[in-house]
Formats: sequence, structure tokens, C-alpha cells
Amino acid sequence: MRVADLLTASLLMLLSAIVMYDALLLGAGWSGDGPESGFFPFWLAALLAVVSFVLFVQAWRSWSKQPFVSREQSVLVLKVLWPLVGFVLLTDPPGPWSGLGLYVAGAVYLGFYMRWVGRHDWRTVVALATVVPVITFLIFETWFLVPMPKGPIEAWFGY
Amino acid sequence: MGLENLFLGFQVAVTPFNLLIAVVGILLGTVIGVLPGLGGANGVAILLPLTFTMPPTSAIILLTCIYWGALFGGAITSVLFNIPGEPWSVATTFDGYPLAKDGQSGQALTAAFTSSFVGAFFSIVLITLFAPLLAEVALKFGPPEFFAIQLLTFSSFVGLGGGNPLKSLATILIGFILSTVGLDIVTGQLRLTFGFTDLMKGFDFIVAVIGLFGIGEILLSVEEGLRFQGAKTDMNMRVVLDTWKVLPRYYRTFVRSSIIGFWMGFKPGGATPASFMSYAFAKRFSKNPERFGKGELEGVVAPETAAHAAGVAAMLPMITLGIPGSPTAAVMLGGLIIWGLQPGPMLFVDNPDFVWGLIASMYTGNVIGVLIVLAFVPFFAAILRIPFAILTPLIVVICAIGSYAVHNSMIDIWYMVIFGVVGYVFKKLDYPLAPLVLALVLGDMAENALRQSLIMSQGSLAIFLTRPISGVITAVAIFFFVMPLLTPCWRKLRGQPQGKAASVES
Repeated sequence: MRVADLLTASLLMLLSAIVMYDALLLGAGWSGDGPESGFFPFWLAALLAVVSFVLFVQAWRSWSKQPFVSREQSVLVLKVLWPLVGFVLLTDPPGPWSGLGLYVAGAVYLGFYMRWVGRHDWRTVVALATVVPVITFLIFETWFLVPMPKGPIEAWFGY
Repeated sequence: MGLENLFLGFQVAVTPFNLLIAVVGILLGTVIGVLPGLGGANGVAILLPLTFTMPPTSAIILLTCIYWGALFGGAITSVLFNIPGEPWSVATTFDGYPLAKDGQSGQALTAAFTSSFVGAFFSIVLITLFAPLLAEVALKFGPPEFFAIQLLTFSSFVGLGGGNPLKSLATILIGFILSTVGLDIVTGQLRLTFGFTDLMKGFDFIVAVIGLFGIGEILLSVEEGLRFQGAKTDMNMRVVLDTWKVLPRYYRTFVRSSIIGFWMGFKPGGATPASFMSYAFAKRFSKNPERFGKGELEGVVAPETAAHAAGVAAMLPMITLGIPGSPTAAVMLGGLIIWGLQPGPMLFVDNPDFVWGLIASMYTGNVIGVLIVLAFVPFFAAILRIPFAILTPLIVVICAIGSYAVHNSMIDIWYMVIFGVVGYVFKKLDYPLAPLVLALVLGDMAENALRQSLIMSQGSLAIFLTRPISGVITAVAIFFFVMPLLTPCWRKLRGQPQGKAASVES
């Protein structure tokens, strides 16, 4: 906990330094007709710098031996986190490549996760991974007209 | 005057379409409240894009009903599974779960729902009476007064929030800083974009809510292992009626908790302390305090009444001042802006049908809500028996849809992931998330109020203290800000024992 607290406080100090730098470039003072653009961010960041410095000192003087996460916990958290990132990448990766779209990526993600973590049998996996995206597609795309990122398969169906 | 307007409101709220919307909202909300990783705030945030095409009144009825439903849903998980979905249902688990283990889950749930209803109803009546008065006063407010109210809002997080006040202050500042990213509408300059076009749009608070509360919560809950163990329910009509016969005995607790809830609730972050405070009071005034924590019905009644009274009261500053009292109210405020309404006191003048429709729908929504949850508890409880490996990806996909729908942009899904990780780390380190979201929502308004005030005063901060109304509010705000410095010992005595009890129980 102590290390995580120190790190967070340091990152916050870094953040406030960046914000203050940007605010000073814009001008953080008083122009003819009111405060300049950088005025509000500058003083926010200045205050944050002070607060995070005190938080740093507080963390430095604490003696918490409790770890931020145990080994088993971090494994569990990562097991959720990396498929999640994979799902977003599959949907539409940054850069020039086009993705599978949210529904197909969602189906792959749901199926993979159910099989890998839940060890559900293949029939349930395939059934749910098809039905759920189709239902969400119907709700969002056709009923409420909220467009989602779509890929080649939706295009093949004419969407 | 008030009654006439309320009647007008009921004409809006009691149309077949709006009643149907209310039922759908309550059902969705309760499901959202029961599901881990989805709470009132991010449930409302995810579904907000669905309301873009609706008439504003129906849209707000849907969102508020989701909110009431989520509040009811929180009670189900607290009692049956010992999982407080929201911080303010922690106190409900103290006696609710022992009762459920004792085979009296039906009584506990009936008591919880009924108390929620009573607390909510009390607050709604007070809102009906006070909202127009407060709005009238607020019409005379200028920028300094609004900025002072913002100060008061955030000072109450620092002064009354519990935990480390500096961490509350830090998250408030982070929220405000994030709100300044992008185009400065007053000067037309770009702030904190560093040449990246993606940063020009700034950070949308809806995405922040979904990431911080949704994804962050999922990451946090998997740490504890992936099982939910719950008690069975034995809800039927007889249990409900039998419990209703017993409940009037606790009328003192109902009244006391409702007042505590309303009083704490219209200030931000008030629901959690309200629920603990009313639990503590109920225990102190009880004839058999030793039964508390082992399955005393009154121990369910007290926190539930207060939490719901507070949850409803959080709507009061939102509709009258345009300043939300809770993250969920903040999301609704964002909704108002998207639907083209100007939040704040002018709503009562410009859109009376909207405001009074909303207030009337609070009555109908809560009546519908308590009936639905009483009838369908086993169904809602069954949701938590869905295997974790199905629920998690499902919730993640829904969160991603909600984030994308805000601006139809992929970058928002990435922000959601980042906010999720930040939310997880912050929660573990006890950095409160609600102030961050509120600051992100109110950032533009606060900055404009500050700018206009400073222009009025030629750059002197004294303007906040010299004008009578803003002077009083600012003074109170300053008092709250320095309170943690003045009375650290007193705070420990008041806040800590409850917190300890909470961690022991869970």
C-alpha cells in the first residue's frame, strides 16, 4: 500500500506540473477583460501539487506493510483485464487496421471468457455467444438507433 | 400554487406511455442494482444514450426510475448475499444478512423495501414543498452565489466525507482539471491537448462514470474470488402482510431516519453517513440494542429509510440549483443538458411541465417500484446466480456500448478502460470517486461562475465574502474545508468506529 500510495502521489505531482506548464504557456494571469485561459487550470494544479506533496509525505511516514495486491489477486484481476483489452482491440484497433466491430468482437470475447474462465460446455458457449450479441444488436441498432462500430460481418448482412 | 402544479405534473406522469417507461425503468434499475459492477450512476450513464430520441420528460422518468430501481436492488444483494452494492447499503447488511441466514429473508426484504418507500416518500413530499421556494430564491443568485454553492458542494466532501480529506481534495482537483481539457469556449484556446486532436473533445463524464464505477468495480470484485453465496428467499404475500403488521411499531425509527436522510441527503455524499447515523441512532434508542447486528428488523429499517430519503433528497439541489447531490444525479444533470434543457432555477419558469412531471413521477415511480420489487424478488435474486464467467464479459460489453454511444467515438472506449484501471487503483487506495465525477460534471459551470464573478469584481476574490448570500455560503464552505484540520480527534471518534464495523462485517 505504501509504495502504491507513494507512486500515486508522485504521479499526481507530475500531472500538476504538466498542467501548470501548459497553463503558463496559455497565460494564467489577468487579461484586459478577465482571467486568461490558463487561470483556472493553473491554480487547480498548484493546489493539487501542494495536496499531492502532503499525501506523499503522509505515505512516506506510514508503516503499512500490507501489499497493494496479493499475487493471487493480481492474477485474477489481470485475467479480467487483458481479455477486456483484447476485446477493445478486436472491435477497432487504433491505426489504419479495421476491426471486427463491437458485436462480433463481443461474441468472441464472451465465448472465449466463458470457455476459458467458466469452463462452460461448448454448446452453452456457442449459444450464448450468438444470442447475446444478436439481442444487443436488435436493441441498440434497430430499436434505439444507436450505431456501434461494425465490421465485415454486419456489412455482409447489409448494415 | 404548489398543488396545482403537482396536478399538472401528474397529468404528465400518469400517461400510459410514461407509466410503461416507469415500469421498464424500475425493472432495469433493479437488475442494474443487483448486478455487481453496475450501480445507479453507471447504469444511468450507460442507458443515457437510449434517451436521446425520447421526449425529455419521458427520458428523465426512465432515468429516475432506473435510479429508484437501483436503490431497491442494492437492498436485495445486501440482505440475501451480504454484498452491499453501494456504500450506503453497507449498514443494511449488518442486520439484513443475519436475518436472511435465519430464514427470515422475506421479513428483512419486506422491511427494507417498505422502509425505502417510506424514506423516499418523505423526501418527495419535502421536495414538492421546498423545490419551488428554493428555485425562487435561486433565481436571484448571481455568479458569485453559484460559485459559492459549488464550493459548499465540494467542501462537504472534504469535511464530511470521512476518510482522508486530502485524498477527497485531490480527486476533486483531478476532476476539475480533466474538465478543463479541450476547447476553452470563452477564449477559443485549446487547453492541455498538447497537439493531440483526440484530446480536443475533452473527457466526457459519462465515460468517466462508466469506467470508474463500472470497470473499476468489476476489477475490484474479482479480487475477492468469483463466487457469490446467497441465502434463499421465501417471499410470499403472507410474509409481506405479516411484516407490514409489525412495522408500524417502528414509527419513531421511520420518522427519525427520514429526517436524518433528508437532512444529510441534499448535501453531496450524504447518503452513506445518513445510513450509518440512523443505524447508530436506532441502536441507541432501542430497548434491546444488544440484538442489533444479530438480526434485528429495526436495524434494516433505519439505514434503508435514511439511505432512500437521502437518495431522493439528492435530486433537490439538482432540479433547483443545477448542482447534483450525487454521482447519479450528476449523470441526470448531464442528460438535461443533452436534451436541450438548462438545469437550474429557470427550469421552474421555462419548463414547468418537465419539472412537475419529474416530481410527480417520483411518486408514481416509487409506488410502482415497491410493488414490483416485492413481487419479483426471487427473479432478481436469480440474476446473481448467473455464473461469473458470463456476467463479467456481458457487463464489460454493455459498458463499452454505453461509452461508445456518447460521441460515437472509439477513443471513449479506451478512456473507459483507462478510467477503469484508475478507478480500481483509487478505490484500493481510498481516493473517493464521487467527488471526481461531480467535479468533472460541474467543471465548466464552476469555471464560468468564477470567471464572471472575477470580472464583476475586477479580479478580487473578496466578492465571494462581501455579498451577503454568497458570503454566508462561502463561510460555511470554508468551515467545512478546514474542519478536518481543526478537529482530527473528534472526526476519529465519530467516523472511524462505524468504518471498522463495516469492514468486520464484510
